[in-house]
Amino acid sequence: MSKKRPSEEYHKTFAYHFFRWLSGEKDPYLGNLEMKPQPEYKTDSALQLRHEKEHDAILDKVYDTEHNKVLKLFHRLYHATSILFCLFLMALLLVTISHLPATGAAQKPVNNEVAGRYIEKGLEETGAVNIVAGMILDYRAFDTLGESHVLFVATITVLILLRLDKNKKGELSSLAKDMNPNDRVYEPKNDAILQLVATFLVPIIIIFGIYIILNGHLGPGGGFSGGAVIGAGLILYLNAFGFQKTERFFTEKTYKWICFFSLSFYCLAKSYSFFTGANHLHSIIPKGTPGAILSGGLILPLNIAVGLVVACTMYAFYAMFRKGGF
Amino acid sequence: MTAFQIILMGLLIICAISVSFSKNLLNSVLIYMSFSLVMSLLWICLESPDLAITEAAVGAGITSVLFFVTLKKIHAINVAEKAEEKKDE
Repeated sequence: MSKKRPSEEYHKTFAYHFFRWLSGEKDPYLGNLEMKPQPEYKTDSALQLRHEKEHDAILDKVYDTEHNKVLKLFHRLYHATSILFCLFLMALLLVTISHLPATGAAQKPVNNEVAGRYIEKGLEETGAVNIVAGMILDYRAFDTLGESHVLFVATITVLILLRLDKNKKGELSSLAKDMNPNDRVYEPKNDAILQLVATFLVPIIIIFGIYIILNGHLGPGGGFSGGAVIGAGLILYLNAFGFQKTERFFTEKTYKWICFFSLSFYCLAKSYSFFTGANHLHSIIPKGTPGAILSGGLILPLNIAVGLVVACTMYAFYAMFRKGGF
Repeated sequence: MTAFQIILMGLLIICAISVSFSKNLLNSVLIYMSFSLVMSLLWICLESPDLAITEAAVGAGITSVLFFVTLKKIHAINVAEKAEEKKDE
């Protein structure tokens, strides 16, 4: 047990002064030490002029191409070698191309049993009329899953780089304050021509995108192209009517949930399919009649998931480039 | 290879060269856009319509729009107008 000292006595001890100095409450030099007043810094104009002259003289000497023979030679050599290198590269690539087998040649290494099997048994095994869709979403669905995730990671990186975030107190950063919140001051507001064109075109574009996604297993197209078309339609709508209208149905929360649900649905559905359908086990998901909309097993729902992710990602890219958020 | 495809390939080469020689950034982006459009026509000629749709939507549409937004953000679009205003002053 320590004896409690009265405060007056404690103020005289070394420990009190030491801890006060340690915590920075009192500056021991302040008031006890005389400071010499600092002279105001003045730039000597004559000296500065001389420095500039010297700098210019050095530059003149370095870039004096007419009299500097070494530099002249170097410039000529530089041009000659760059042209020679380009010609060499072109010749190398052309020679390589001329040694490639002709398009569609029978002895081409691409024409192996894999391509033959895709063409012969693709319809039977995947149920998709469009062999490309059957390939990328059934035989090689794992690769497509990786591609979707690459796109998602790319959006996250753009989000990290471009997003203007609030700090812990909920205030906007100084950068965000400098910027106009919706970036519409620089444009003609409520452009009548653009709005009329957008009213006609946006529904058609979005319906075309939905058509491409839903017919991914029947005709050309699929999740990625359809999603890109829908994203372009959303961007046109945003340009014509501004952020206020799009924020009614598309916010950051919507983006997060759509991406989360689509990607996790893809993961779960495909891992289920790998467990049941791979290694020649029978998949319980029915294939349906080839040619019908509800056919092709998992291909249609997977196309929808990919399309949702791509459309949201395209719109999110544009919104983040415009105002650093949604 | 038909004559139409040869014309399209020539257009591709012209676009690719003129992009690098154009001094105005806005012009470069527009030429890049036309490059993508020609490329999407070529994809149709090569019998891959799904690639053509993607090229037209992503290459000619979204990528160029993102370029435009970036140019506007760094105030590179109105450079010519600003120079004319300065001359007037």
